[in-house]
Amino acid sequence: MKSKSGTILRLTLLAGLLIAGPVRAEDAPQSCEVPAYLLTSESRLPKVAEAIKNGRSLDILVVGSRSSTINTSDGSAYPSRLQAMLLDQLPGVPVNVSVELQAKKTSEEVAAGLAKLVEAKKPTLVIWQTGTVDAMRSIDPDDFRSAVDEGVVALQKGGADVVLMNLQYSPRTETMISAAPYLDNMRVVAQQHEIPLFDRFAIMRHWNDTGDFNLFSTSHGIGLAKRVHDCLGRALSSFVIDLARLNPAQQN
Amino acid sequence: MTTIADRIAGRPFAEAADAIAREPVAAPAVAATAVSPPAGSERELRLDLFRGLALWLIFIDHLPPNFLTWFTIRNYGFSDATEIFIFISGYTAAFVYGRAMLDSGVVVATARILRRVWQIYVAHVFLFTIFLAEISYVATSFENPLYTEEMGIMDFLKQPDVIIVQALLLRFRPVNMDVLPLYIVLMLFLPGILWLMKWRADVTLGLSVLLYALTWHYDWYLSAYPNGFWAFNPFAWQLLFVFGAWCALGGARRMSRILSSPITLWICFVYLFAAFCVTLTWYYPQLNHLMPRRLEQWMYPINKTDLDVLRFAHFLALAAITVRFLPKDWPGLKSRWLRPLILCGQHSLEIFCLGVFLAFAGHFVLAEIAGGARLHFIISISGILIMCGMAWVISWYKHVADKSASRAKGTGGNADMAGGG
Repeated sequence: MKSKSGTILRLTLLAGLLIAGPVRAEDAPQSCEVPAYLLTSESRLPKVAEAIKNGRSLDILVVGSRSSTINTSDGSAYPSRLQAMLLDQLPGVPVNVSVELQAKKTSEEVAAGLAKLVEAKKPTLVIWQTGTVDAMRSIDPDDFRSAVDEGVVALQKGGADVVLMNLQYSPRTETMISAAPYLDNMRVVAQQHEIPLFDRFAIMRHWNDTGDFNLFSTSHGIGLAKRVHDCLGRALSSFVIDLARLNPAQQN
Repeated sequence: MTTIADRIAGRPFAEAADAIAREPVAAPAVAATAVSPPAGSERELRLDLFRGLALWLIFIDHLPPNFLTWFTIRNYGFSDATEIFIFISGYTAAFVYGRAMLDSGVVVATARILRRVWQIYVAHVFLFTIFLAEISYVATSFENPLYTEEMGIMDFLKQPDVIIVQALLLRFRPVNMDVLPLYIVLMLFLPGILWLMKWRADVTLGLSVLLYALTWHYDWYLSAYPNGFWAFNPFAWQLLFVFGAWCALGGARRMSRILSSPITLWICFVYLFAAFCVTLTWYYPQLNHLMPRRLEQWMYPINKTDLDVLRFAHFLALAAITVRFLPKDWPGLKSRWLRPLILCGQHSLEIFCLGVFLAFAGHFVLAEIAGGARLHFIISISGILIMCGMAWVISWYKHVADKSASRAKGTGGNADMAGGG
């Protein structure tokens, strides 16, 4: 039955293709530049700058949900890529990126444990990726905002710099997951605490729009996920470096 | 030039209205009540025009962002097409059924409204079925490791029994299907609203504002399934609907003094411009540093669920300026070029549903063939053309059906014909 409906679909699509004329080829040359405005922020990362300046190690803790990993290969998810690129770009600085996976937990549930986590690990920088689970469960955006707010306060109290990372751009589930309120509220919290927001959603959408990646792809292979995470790691590393270095207040 | 729309909608309705106006005896309550027929009983084409426009914009906004998205008003201010749609729905519903209430009494009018509610409900369930088919397909065919987490949203498909019942209870709604449930609830309360308005229109509006304020204060909402809440909170959005009804039942006329004052005009312009500047910073984050932080902290987030005051004010400003610069008798309203829009506005329920369906279909096509900007554009345009074509066919059919009906048993204003609130 499935194959039959598949055939009908394919025929419909074929018709669509014929009407629409040639469309973009699937494997466009791989590049994943991110426009500068998506990687700028008024906020700074003073603790990171200090650690680098004083020759201490840069300990980064990524707190995130499932989308901070790739199923079977942890070495190629963006946290590991971030570590590799930071090591590459900051020669002589010991960089450790560890991941604290909080699958299927809402921001409220994650926020409750953040204080302890920071106390135990003493990271220089926490990258908190959140919002996906909340959006999927349609948590009240106001509750979501106060949870993120609470979490950020806990992290800052624990003495870490904080970067928030928002949802993935996921065009296939757009009709089912309403991302907008969660994106907005994360931006608000970032503004209120003057901390940087790594706009993963906008960046991935940019890649999809420019054709760098086809995020609609139904491919079951792991290649696309690996390449996207590689690019995210790259963008994230230059984001962190930029925000840590360009702070004159911390250079004296 | 007589057009289809004039012929089918203007006539019986206008005649009924005239009859009321001429014969106060027929409705002795008329003079005593606050409900007064709006000046001139001809169909207000501006309403159809803007409702049609709202339907087009809603369709475009439901597709993934593309070139045409830049033409939708949500990019230029706080409010969007939903506000227009709900306001005009309130206006036309009150206009049509308010008349029915005067004409044939509360009971009959209520029955007619409930019949309408039933139609909208059936339409909603129909759309839900299509949606279910679409996502089931996605769930079975899409397995990109990049989105393992997001695909968890499909877990509910494991319990189709629960989902279907919850959808019938209007508690489970897909993302783009929030407007109809809101509309159903609002229409369900329309008999009460009209009945109150008949007694004291201003008091009704006051109560509506009070409910809005209490909703904000006590954070009232309707819960949804499996968790969360209604994306359009009916307790808050009723304000626009009731305000529309209030305008239809004489409020607009009484406000005309305020509306024509130059001070109002300037306030509106300044507010719209300020809102435009704020929205610019959303699309050009480079400009964000120009925003005063104090203002940012006070203003954000602009809550769509509870119809933020900023959004409501933005809509009011837009409406005031529109009313001011687009007179009722503007000849352009009869022009052939605006006809498609007006036709769509006159059959709002059908065209709205069609729009939701086409948006689903558009998503689907784009997803299946990795649509580029060009295909995206083609989909948007063909969607709008299909909507217009459908509106034209419905008009034609209703006209024909009406003619034979009136031949059979004389005239009788049919509320649904008037775009049906």
